[in-house]
Amino acid sequence: MTFTNIKDAVLVLEDGSRYEGLSYGSEGTTFGEIVFATGMTGYQETLTDPSYAGQIVLMTAPHIGNTGMNDEDMESRRIWVSGFVVRDASRIVSNFRAERSLENDLEHEGIVGIRGIDTRAITRHIRSKGAMRSGIFSGTASQLPAKEQLDLVLAGDEMAGRNLSAQVSTQEAYVVPAQGDRVGSVAILDLGVKKSTVNYLAERGFEAHVLPQSVTAEAIIAMKPSALFFSNGPGDPSASETHVELLRTCLKSGIPFFGICFGNQLLGRALGFGTYKLPFGHRGINQPVLDKATGRVEITSQNHGFAVDAPIEGILESPAGFGRVEVSHYSLNDNVVEGLNCLDLNAFSVQYHPEAAAGPHDSNYLFDRFRDRVLASASTTGAAL
Amino acid sequence: MPRRTDIKSVLVIGSGPIVIGQACEFDYSGTQACRVLREEGIRVILVNSNPATIMTDPDFADATYVEPITPEVIESIIIKERPDAILPTLGGQTALNAAMALHENGALERHGVELIGAKVDAIRKGEDRWLFKDIVTEAGAESARSFITHTLDEALVAAGELGYPLVVRPSFTMGGLGSGFAYNETDLIRIVTDGLHSSPTTEVLLEESILGWKEYELELMRDTADNTVVVCSIENVDPVGVHTGDSITVAPALTLTDREYQKLRDISIKIIRLVGVDTGGCNIQFAIDPKDGRIIVIEMNPRVSRSSALASKATGFPIAKIAAKLAIGYRLDEIKNDITKVTPASFEPTLDYVVVKVPRFAFEKFPAADATLTTTMKSVGEAMAIGRNYSTALQKALRSLEKRGSSFHWGVEPRTMEELLEISKVPTDGRIVTLQQALRKGATIQQAFEATKIDPWFLDQILLINEVADDIAAHKDLDAGILRHAKDHGFSDVQIAELRGLTEEIVRAARYGLGIRPVFKTVDTCAGEFPAETPYHYSSYDLENEVTPSDRRKVVIIGSGPNRIGQGVEFDYSCVHASFALADAGYETIMINCNPETVSTDYDTSDRLYFEPLALEDVLEVLHAESFSGELVGVVVQLGGQTALGLAAGLKAAGIPILGTTPEAIDLAEERGEFSRILDEAGLLAPRNDTAIDVEGAVIAAEEIGYPVLVRPSYVLGGRGMEIIFDTAGVRDYFTRIEGQVVVDVKRPLLVDRFLDDAIEIDVDALYDGTQLYIGGVMEHIEEAGIHSGDSACTLPPVTLGKRDVDRVRIATLAIAQGIGVQGLLNVQFAIGAGILYVLEANPRASRTVPFVSKALGIPLAKAASRLMVGDSIADLITEGMLPVQDGSIVPMDAPISVKEAVLPFKRFRTPTGHIVDSLLGPEMRSTGEVMGIDKDFPRAFAKALAGAYGALPSSGAVFVSVADRDKRAIVLPVLRLEQLGFKILATEGTAEILQRNGISSTIVEKVSEKGGGVTIVELINRNEVDIVINTPSGSAARADGYEIRAAAVGGDKPLFTTMAQVSAAVASIDIIQEGFTVTSLQEYALARAANLASATAQNVSSHA
Repeated sequence: MTFTNIKDAVLVLEDGSRYEGLSYGSEGTTFGEIVFATGMTGYQETLTDPSYAGQIVLMTAPHIGNTGMNDEDMESRRIWVSGFVVRDASRIVSNFRAERSLENDLEHEGIVGIRGIDTRAITRHIRSKGAMRSGIFSGTASQLPAKEQLDLVLAGDEMAGRNLSAQVSTQEAYVVPAQGDRVGSVAILDLGVKKSTVNYLAERGFEAHVLPQSVTAEAIIAMKPSALFFSNGPGDPSASETHVELLRTCLKSGIPFFGICFGNQLLGRALGFGTYKLPFGHRGINQPVLDKATGRVEITSQNHGFAVDAPIEGILESPAGFGRVEVSHYSLNDNVVEGLNCLDLNAFSVQYHPEAAAGPHDSNYLFDRFRDRVLASASTTGAAL
Repeated sequence: MPRRTDIKSVLVIGSGPIVIGQACEFDYSGTQACRVLREEGIRVILVNSNPATIMTDPDFADATYVEPITPEVIESIIIKERPDAILPTLGGQTALNAAMALHENGALERHGVELIGAKVDAIRKGEDRWLFKDIVTEAGAESARSFITHTLDEALVAAGELGYPLVVRPSFTMGGLGSGFAYNETDLIRIVTDGLHSSPTTEVLLEESILGWKEYELELMRDTADNTVVVCSIENVDPVGVHTGDSITVAPALTLTDREYQKLRDISIKIIRLVGVDTGGCNIQFAIDPKDGRIIVIEMNPRVSRSSALASKATGFPIAKIAAKLAIGYRLDEIKNDITKVTPASFEPTLDYVVVKVPRFAFEKFPAADATLTTTMKSVGEAMAIGRNYSTALQKALRSLEKRGSSFHWGVEPRTMEELLEISKVPTDGRIVTLQQALRKGATIQQAFEATKIDPWFLDQILLINEVADDIAAHKDLDAGILRHAKDHGFSDVQIAELRGLTEEIVRAARYGLGIRPVFKTVDTCAGEFPAETPYHYSSYDLENEVTPSDRRKVVIIGSGPNRIGQGVEFDYSCVHASFALADAGYETIMINCNPETVSTDYDTSDRLYFEPLALEDVLEVLHAESFSGELVGVVVQLGGQTALGLAAGLKAAGIPILGTTPEAIDLAEERGEFSRILDEAGLLAPRNDTAIDVEGAVIAAEEIGYPVLVRPSYVLGGRGMEIIFDTAGVRDYFTRIEGQVVVDVKRPLLVDRFLDDAIEIDVDALYDGTQLYIGGVMEHIEEAGIHSGDSACTLPPVTLGKRDVDRVRIATLAIAQGIGVQGLLNVQFAIGAGILYVLEANPRASRTVPFVSKALGIPLAKAASRLMVGDSIADLITEGMLPVQDGSIVPMDAPISVKEAVLPFKRFRTPTGHIVDSLLGPEMRSTGEVMGIDKDFPRAFAKALAGAYGALPSSGAVFVSVADRDKRAIVLPVLRLEQLGFKILATEGTAEILQRNGISSTIVEKVSEKGGGVTIVELINRNEVDIVINTPSGSAARADGYEIRAAAVGGDKPLFTTMAQVSAAVASIDIIQEGFTVTSLQEYALARAANLASATAQNVSSHA
């Protein structure tokens, strides 16, 4: 392939910034909120994490695709990002587990990407201006007049106020059997759940019932699950009042609850706290979080653009009447709420990802904690498992 | 937990002389530790025998002991200073071993001193092979499978379990003697049979081979609350089989999925917990089978290491600084990240760039050595480069090596693809360029992988670089598109010029014309997620420039690049000092360097740091980026050794102001004819000399001058290619040998000098400001002329020169400084032979001895020089108090004597047949580092220097003596004294005869070549029955014997003296050390100097009254 001077792709941000590069993955046009992810490993897990639905993800690590793609590391059935921005796309695949190349999967799944651009400049731009709407135009679309491209970007949806759960959730309920000693059953509300999460719960002895996001509280209560779990997922929690109401009903019925990420935000709202959009979110696998109970630091995997609005110190009273609540974890980088613990209910949640994938396993113990709390609750209430 | 309040004073142990495997990275880490501890209000006591280090500056500790790092000496310091704790984890293996010895001999307990940073138990678990193996298993991971066998039958059974190939290691043999790879049963039988024989315990370890596996390293930190972070992952481009220090390495790891990486992280965290490192850092090495991902834990270092320095520079996470804070009780989340100033240190850095480290070797200094890279480290330095992608970082790193042929090239390659692939099967210095040529000639990635086992991803990157080279060559015009494309893969203007048949200047002009200039990005630990407060930059041909404008007057300091023999930490010392001094004087200081081991590349040493190759193009781009704001006062080139000096002319031509001595004046000193004119005008003598541009010219010159002659190429450092030649055949042979390694041409002629036999050599470091000369120090070499000054021990003040000699030296130095037009530092080498003073050479730049002089006499030469360069005068600096009123030419009689001794790496280098290379000293420098001994008189100081370099001298035992005929007269008295001290004397027949006639009885020992019925001297040395070896080289007939003897001595770690000067000095020292060492800190010496000065002034005043 001989070199030409042609740039055949452009990334356009809603503030009018333009970054010219080369077409990557599928050719065409795509829109979404531009966010950056700082993990140096795990692009496959990131791409297949449903929480990234509706977003154009920029990888700050320059070399992407080196280890190809494999079935084992898929966090869901498909790639969810709206678009993909990298600096240096790998030309070859080198890993003993690789089955396909990344570019092959991007093309196959119709993901429009761009490569060969100053990803750091864009990251710094987003850091100072905040996450915003954007579009990638590649191939013939890259030749459209700049004004037209910008208009198309501005015609897109803002992330604030968006409910994306229906897009990513499973349509049909399914069950993953418990492994080892059975603890009980867990109803998992799939708001964009990752495969690792379901597997970790099953490994802890839970029979995992993964439910579509449209399920009703009555249906859940009727299942008599030992516990309820709310997964991570895309979108603005303030646009998910149905799920908040569902959770309130279930909490009142006394089902032990654990939520992660979007699930943490929904618990916050169910308890009566607000949520707000972070300027550019936390997306990386190096995020330090303090566990207030132990004083220890966990290096966590995070991917969130919204957060719960609550004071990180002291014991709080749930504005929605669920008793005492405390912020259990917070970010050491910017003091954002990273976990909630209900003191009068068997419910807790974290804003980060104990299932990691990608990321460190420091917080994996939370699945143990969940199991222990479910077991403790069963022994006190005498509920059947 | 906040910092411990019970620790009020800490003894920091340094790492001693620079040796292969333990270089100035420990100056960097130790310096950081000292700074941190003092900031915390802790009294810092430091011991380090290496005067060239920045940490041994009296400013960095409350009490600085430049003393040998031996358990006895450290115990004396403990008794004197009563520290609450010892911090041994920042001074390499030397410090860790010293700490363990103090534990084992009970000294720690006796004096109630605590080890901080790592506990004895943790050190033991990390270092003991078998304890560590158990820990790995407990962590749920695997070590290489192995069996201990005591018979051939057992070995055969074990081999059946392990499969071939496998590693055979006989137990307890010296230097890994007898170990090797068995590829089949025949090999196994041979190696095991020999191994069982050579092992004193008849024991052989068989281990599965992981040769060719992928190799990784993780750097971790853990605090008392069990918070653990992985600071950095490093991937070795060269697979298992090549020592990490000799491998090309890359950060972050580039060929791991998250799942595999997290496995390594999980194992690492379990191991650091089980080992119990809880107040500091460690690194853990892994091998991964590329076929199936099986992970083997290779080893761990429970301390800050060379990799930690690399990881710190690669990520911006200051491991040593944080390790020091953890050691005194802080938790990671209580420490702020220096770079962002808001986020805590309890996080894992993430990189949005690629870092490549490449090793620098010195095989040219040891022509007999086997250049194959193995698991024993052989490189003497390293360069690191940062790029936005791997191809850029790799090309920048190779360019940073400043070595001919180290960069990729596309010129004529006579070898075939098959030949190139065959050559690349054996790892050697420059293999990556061989591979590049093989790929260029059509080798496939698969073929290259089979030859080298280098991961295909890295091979494809070389292929990519070759393809871009083709694009550059084929593109119609040198337009903006192709230039950006080339630059985005790290091509230099030189390479682009080569590919397009242009000159570097034309490419650069075209590039400038099109406005293709790099931007500078920031190393910020967080991939842009948070604003960075620290200006630590690297170049990239990307979009956005991050250099913040400044309206200050700024000075740019050019560093010294990768360490090499002849250019090491001493030059970094001078650069760092200049940075400090100029910052104090109100300038904004900007450092450019590419050596990750140094203090100069610490992001808080200068106001701004550019981590860039020290090639003209790269330096000009930094200057361009800095030209947009503020005022560039100029560039300092005289402190960074030959590297910086070599850039002077190019910078000047580009219109950049050079501070201090002008490039023309620098040339004057190098240019033979001009320099002779200066000497003539001053009435000074040089040894008879001439220049030659080819072999015939050299023969004529040498015959004219008369043999022996000393030859050396122009513009080299460390006496590269410098030799004493005795006849015409030797001259011809010399030209054959230097072919391709050293350039001799019209621009760089060979210098041919009359060699002065039996002369005393003198080194002078001085400052000159255009009107006043200030002598830093006059150093007398212990070895006679002909031994490179870097390899010769020297003493300051001189011990056998009278005032008259020193006066002559002073007058001559002044004349030379004036003649050249020095503005700053000047180093002159003199020789006195038969009462005549000769000028050997003059260098208007920082010399290797600048830090030694500063430590010995308390004169901050480099700081002062940097001030002279920006226009201050010596008188100003004296008034200001930076320079003492009395310069270093006059040293009071009661002042201490300092001795500098060189440390040589002979033991590291073996010939292809496994023998140690010859350990003779000569005019070409081969030492890697130095130590200093300071005490009230010469014998004590020399004894300390020797103890610092080689361990303590024996005070009893057997001495073997074999000297050349010319030395037989001089040897009598020293040996007589040794006999009186109770040493048993062994000698060869000729030497024994002379000794007997002088009343010294000795036992005659056979030389190897005489091998009759008795034991030879080599056998005796190997049996540990000889304690000191004296062997001066004679004519070529006896050379082979001498070599065997010296090799055995070096291999057996016996003190070895190869010159009469050393022998006499050593005997005086052995005499005196019977009473042990007393220790004195540099601060105490400074107080004594001040008191002396005060009393002298008082006397002056009273005498005037």
